[in-house]
Amino acid sequence: MTDILNAIVLFANFVFVPGLAYGSQLALGALGVTLIFSILRFANFAHGDTMAFGTMCTILVTWWFQSMGISFGFLPTALLALPFGIFLTILYVLGTDRMIYRFYRKKKSANIILMMASVGVMFVTNGIVRLIIGPEDQRFADGERFVIRAREFKEMTGLAEGLAIRTTQVITVVVTIMVVAALFWFLQKSRTGKAMRAYSDNEDLALLSGINPDKVVMVAWIIAATLATIAGTLYGLDKSFKPFVYFQLLLPIFAAAIVGGIGNPLGAIAGGFVIAFSEVTITYVYKKFLAYLGPDGWAPDGLVQLLSTDYKFAVSFVILVLVLLWRPTGIFKGKVL
Amino acid sequence: MSYLIGDAMTGGYGGADILHDCTIAVEKGEIAVIVGPNGAGKSTAMKAVFGMLDMHKGQVRLDGADITNMSPQDRVKAGMGFVPQNNNVFTSMTVQENLEMGAYIRLEDFSDTMEQVFDLFPILKEKRKQPASELSGGQRQQVAVGRALMTQPKVLMLDEPTAGVSPIVMDELFDRIIEVAKTGIAILMVEQNARQALNIADKGYVLVQGRNRFTDTGAALLANPEVRKSFLGG
Repeated sequence: MTDILNAIVLFANFVFVPGLAYGSQLALGALGVTLIFSILRFANFAHGDTMAFGTMCTILVTWWFQSMGISFGFLPTALLALPFGIFLTILYVLGTDRMIYRFYRKKKSANIILMMASVGVMFVTNGIVRLIIGPEDQRFADGERFVIRAREFKEMTGLAEGLAIRTTQVITVVVTIMVVAALFWFLQKSRTGKAMRAYSDNEDLALLSGINPDKVVMVAWIIAATLATIAGTLYGLDKSFKPFVYFQLLLPIFAAAIVGGIGNPLGAIAGGFVIAFSEVTITYVYKKFLAYLGPDGWAPDGLVQLLSTDYKFAVSFVILVLVLLWRPTGIFKGKVL
Repeated sequence: MSYLIGDAMTGGYGGADILHDCTIAVEKGEIAVIVGPNGAGKSTAMKAVFGMLDMHKGQVRLDGADITNMSPQDRVKAGMGFVPQNNNVFTSMTVQENLEMGAYIRLEDFSDTMEQVFDLFPILKEKRKQPASELSGGQRQQVAVGRALMTQPKVLMLDEPTAGVSPIVMDELFDRIIEVAKTGIAILMVEQNARQALNIADKGYVLVQGRNRFTDTGAALLANPEVRKSFLGG
């Protein structure tokens, strides 16, 4: 019996809790991609680097706060800096829209052209971030590190395995729930949110109803920038901030948005968790886990790891390809790219 | 002086002209119907009146004011409602949300208008919480008309409202449209079902190749042997 409990705790510690946090971060990222896709009708490749930009802004403000001796108690100072980071990112994103995307929108360019323009924005943003903060790893999490430490958990339960829950993981999940609830309330109940859904559903009819397309586009960018900054900051707090890693995050985020059904906010969330848990469960080493469940004294010879963690991006890529082949609309019937 | 008139309209979608000196007019509280064979420019004439066409000759006047160069969105604000033939509802939104979107430009309380629409189309009240994609063709048309009525337009323009609905639903829709006209709204309608449409029309326009061929009251057109022979199947 204790063996089974140990196995469960082990699994929770190394798969479930990290997967939950990672899934939340992907879900927030995918929500931004899906939102831009449904309003501006193109796949925004710059989203990963927008996350990097937003996180960078948050980190810079965090450092400034820390230098002034401002802290947030047991919570990371970055949470205090987050609104400032969001604000700066909104300005940056609206700037890119004004300078680049608006031109193609007025010309009624094909979606593929807008998408390629976003690849350009991605490279430029990437360069700006590295120029300002540098390409190195940055750790900016402060405050209390753990909610439950592995040692405390072992003492509490008397089990051989410990369950550690980091503050950043709890913050990630709590913030994600709050943000998603606010976003859904906005889209379902508010006048502007409904107008955005109407515009996404049927652009011509939305125009006939007097919905202002410029306003809808602006609000979409503001929400996307907010989501990107929050997702990026949570990811950076949980792991660390490195611009190149954020660029790589684009793949799992797109996979999440498409698996869930692009254009569908609910799908983006589901997709985020599907991708995160696939990645974590496939790259996890099951040796110890199986040893607990098997007969006493027995342990598998190998590591029982399906795929090395070096290949974790292959997981999202394979899922992406499979979904595009067999169910291009995704789990929740989004649009076809 | 008609309430809404597209006067001697000539123009097309950028290429060759589709309309030639075409005139369409409608009075408050009246129903005007545009009929004619396929490709006669019926929908094009309607779109021209609504400002969705490049017109290089002619004028559109609403209540005496020249609105020829007004954008379709501004025409909605000026009191014109338009129900397109296809994709005329927000399929992913509920019936009620569709109506709310129709009233988007109205910042004041519009619940009384919504009640009026529900009185006109009782089935919509029953299905108010359902997404429009789950409705039948006839019910969708009711949502589409209801959405356009939410702005409290003075003119309602309908592009083939009965396309693809059963004859029973068509009769019912026509009855509703007559009711709308009785409230003092001018109705301009393009119809495939020429005979039934002319039956309820105060005024009919028969277009052929983008030109006015016959213009008369609905009853007179129905009685005209030439119109009957050429356009109504005898």
